[in-house]
Amino acid sequence: MDNTNLKARILEIVPDAQQEENKQYLTLLVPAAKLHELAVKLKTTSDLSFDFLFCLSGVDYGKQLAVVYHLNSTQHKHYIVLKVKTDDRVNPNFDTVCDIWRTAEFHERETYDMFGIRFNNHPDLRRIFLEEDWKGYPLRKDYVDEVNIVEF
Amino acid sequence: MKEIVNLPVSKPEEEEYHINMGPQHPSTHGVLRLLVSLQGEIVKNLKPHCGYIHRGIEKMCEKDTYPQIIHLTDRMDYLSSHINNHAVCLLVEKALEIEVPERVQYIRTIMDELTRIQSHQLWWASFGMDLGGLTCFFYGLRDREMILDIWEETTGSRFLQSYNCPGGVMQDIHPNFQKKVHVFLKTFKKKIKDYEKILSGNVIFEQRSKGVGMLTKEDAISYGITGPSGRGSAWSCDIRKTEPYSMYSKVHFNEVLRYECDSYSRYMVRMQEMYESMNIIEQLIDNIPAGDYAARMKAVIKLPAGEYYQRVESARGELGVYVVSDGNKTPYRMKFRTPSFTNLCVLDHLSRDMKIADLVAIGGSLDLVIPDIDR
Amino acid sequence: MTFNIYDFTSFTTWIDQSLNSLMSPTLALITEMVIIGVVFLLFYAVVGLFLVYAERKVCAFMQNRVGPNRVGPYGIFQTIADFIKLLMKELVYIKDSDKLLFNIAPFIVIIASFMALSAIPFAKGLHAIDFDIGILYVIAVSSLGVVGILLAGWSSNNKYSLIGAMRSGAQIVSYELSVGLSLLTIIVLAGTMQFSEIVEMQSDGWFLFKGHIPAFIAFVVFLISSTAETNRGPFDLAEAESELTAGFHTEYSGIKFAFFFLAEYMNMFLVASIAATVFLGGWMPFHISGWAGFNTIMDYIPPFVWYIGKTAFVIWLMMWFKWTFPRLRIDQLLTLEWKYLLPINLVNILLMAFLVLMHWHF
Repeated sequence: MDNTNLKARILEIVPDAQQEENKQYLTLLVPAAKLHELAVKLKTTSDLSFDFLFCLSGVDYGKQLAVVYHLNSTQHKHYIVLKVKTDDRVNPNFDTVCDIWRTAEFHERETYDMFGIRFNNHPDLRRIFLEEDWKGYPLRKDYVDEVNIVEF
Repeated sequence: MKEIVNLPVSKPEEEEYHINMGPQHPSTHGVLRLLVSLQGEIVKNLKPHCGYIHRGIEKMCEKDTYPQIIHLTDRMDYLSSHINNHAVCLLVEKALEIEVPERVQYIRTIMDELTRIQSHQLWWASFGMDLGGLTCFFYGLRDREMILDIWEETTGSRFLQSYNCPGGVMQDIHPNFQKKVHVFLKTFKKKIKDYEKILSGNVIFEQRSKGVGMLTKEDAISYGITGPSGRGSAWSCDIRKTEPYSMYSKVHFNEVLRYECDSYSRYMVRMQEMYESMNIIEQLIDNIPAGDYAARMKAVIKLPAGEYYQRVESARGELGVYVVSDGNKTPYRMKFRTPSFTNLCVLDHLSRDMKIADLVAIGGSLDLVIPDIDR
Repeated sequence: MTFNIYDFTSFTTWIDQSLNSLMSPTLALITEMVIIGVVFLLFYAVVGLFLVYAERKVCAFMQNRVGPNRVGPYGIFQTIADFIKLLMKELVYIKDSDKLLFNIAPFIVIIASFMALSAIPFAKGLHAIDFDIGILYVIAVSSLGVVGILLAGWSSNNKYSLIGAMRSGAQIVSYELSVGLSLLTIIVLAGTMQFSEIVEMQSDGWFLFKGHIPAFIAFVVFLISSTAETNRGPFDLAEAESELTAGFHTEYSGIKFAFFFLAEYMNMFLVASIAATVFLGGWMPFHISGWAGFNTIMDYIPPFVWYIGKTAFVIWLMMWFKWTFPRLRIDQLLTLEWKYLLPINLVNILLMAFLVLMHWHF
């Protein structure tokens, strides 16, 4: 399915998704509350069938924290990128998608470890690379660590 | 709906005890700690604890320029170092819309395939050793030395070459390169038959790996298990076929798929892939066109603002590089989607109700490289 | 006294007579026991040293490398250097282990193989104890080794050791059956359990050839099960380094580890010498009945050399397949024993009995 049709189908499911122009894949910004519902529909609808989540990244846009999902359908060979953003830097949280795509389990843990973004209903949300009692979230832009980071 | 699962919650049962495999352990091949919960000899639950070799590569990339990042990518999956470099170079060249000379494409593809062969040789050596056939280790490493010698001559280093750079390669290939590669291909074609006699045809090995660690195709897609592990479950996920880059659209090779979904099929996929890689090299090695070994690039590389994603097929699976750029000479955010990190998720699922000995076989067949997990 | 290398009986009788003439009979008996004990200890140590070196060289050549070649010419003093190092190592005491059991475990393993070795004939007349139930005694006594292994695993207070010891215990106890039954096949052929008589009966041909098919099957089964008995080769999951670090002897260091190590090699020697004695003729040269000229030529080689040569051959076979095959899993190992080797053994005994009754052996 080409990008215009994909966008049309997704706008049917989540009418307030916004497209970000001029990106490599069709990129849509969806409201955080609709993420899980959209993800379920993307996987289960037969002509969409996005069954392969090939990248889950956290991004810190300065004021907002975001999670970017790169999805692919092994059947129809189309791609889509979903983004969810939040302004809340103190307690950012989104719904987990690891009940839909099992690979998200570890990737969400990594995002929590690096950005502090919590995922609701995640079975085992703990830090994965850093120690359990580490303070702070390193990949945020406002992370300061005088001991471990040397600024030139 | 079958696609939406109830996530398994483990309850501690009676007679269960915990054992730590790692971080120092002969068969996890790197610093990975597996907290295994056992009932007798049966594995009930497995929790990997990573982070022992976490160096913060993604944070470092935010302060390094793109040519400097090449040196960091070497150190993620050190057995596919060339392919890691290749991913970043492709991303930069695609973003800047630079056309690299054809000579560079040939050299990069040949080097990629040599990387794949030596990675699979080391994998075979350590897999045999884990299962108890200690002689396999020496045979695999002995044959890998030939590739390392070729690399040392051309790139100056046996390991972690950083040979790629945005726009091309660092220096031209050595005059002996083609001859040595021919010698290697001829020798290795004979040696690989020994490998098959020692391990693939051995009844003890077959019993240890057939039926062990069954991964269905749906699970492979859901867990994102790409690479030879995914192709062992009949998922056609080879990036070299689905989104060809460099010379892969112009050479003939087969994508190796097997349908048994167990450790033995993952093993056989990698063995067959070595043949296919040798096939690709043979098609390219005599036809390297003359020309520049690098395109002219500006001194300071700045990617235009935007988001870019590049996927390549490393020896372990799909390596994805995701860059968010704001127009500076360093990326705003760089994310590496590494194959070993994704493949680690499935270790727990595959080893439920298997014995400890099977856990070693499953871990070996998934071919995990720990710095790739931790970055 | 004539020191005849073809027949040690005159030598041993000379020692006996001179001792008896020097002191009272009881004291002479005690002195003889002490002498035999010391000789065996020395033999044990020297053979153990040599076997460790041989293993390293054999495995190195199979793995396309050279092996030890620095310490002494061709590295022959390497094992001595290793043992000196082991003697000087710190003995690490585990905090919560059962001290008594922890300390006796290595001794039990050594004692078991020591006792078994005393019943094997090394050359004509060179035989420590010649029981008339020789084979039964050897099988019974070598089973004591499993007690040492289980104690070692339990008293180490370490989960890895415990898993290793449990596996090993199950394995050894199962394979004892196969060992016993395959030896029983030869007892059926020979009609006696006494070692010296078994060897004498092979003066016109070794049992491997006399008993043809059943004896050959018994030989193969004996080799497989005895490798499993000694925790070697494809059956070494009790100490599988790549899974459990070191299995039941993880917590042992220094001289105690040296005991386990030595005991493993001596067990291999013991098993190989039983195979050589029972199937391949022991110290009996290779005779073909009826070829008198050939037999006299064979007789020139001293019996001791024959014995060592045959044992070395069997040891080399065991080393060969240790370094080639991957390891079996515990359930596959037990399946092999209970579902395959045991029925084969039972059928084989019937076959051999039938052969003996019909006089179809050579």
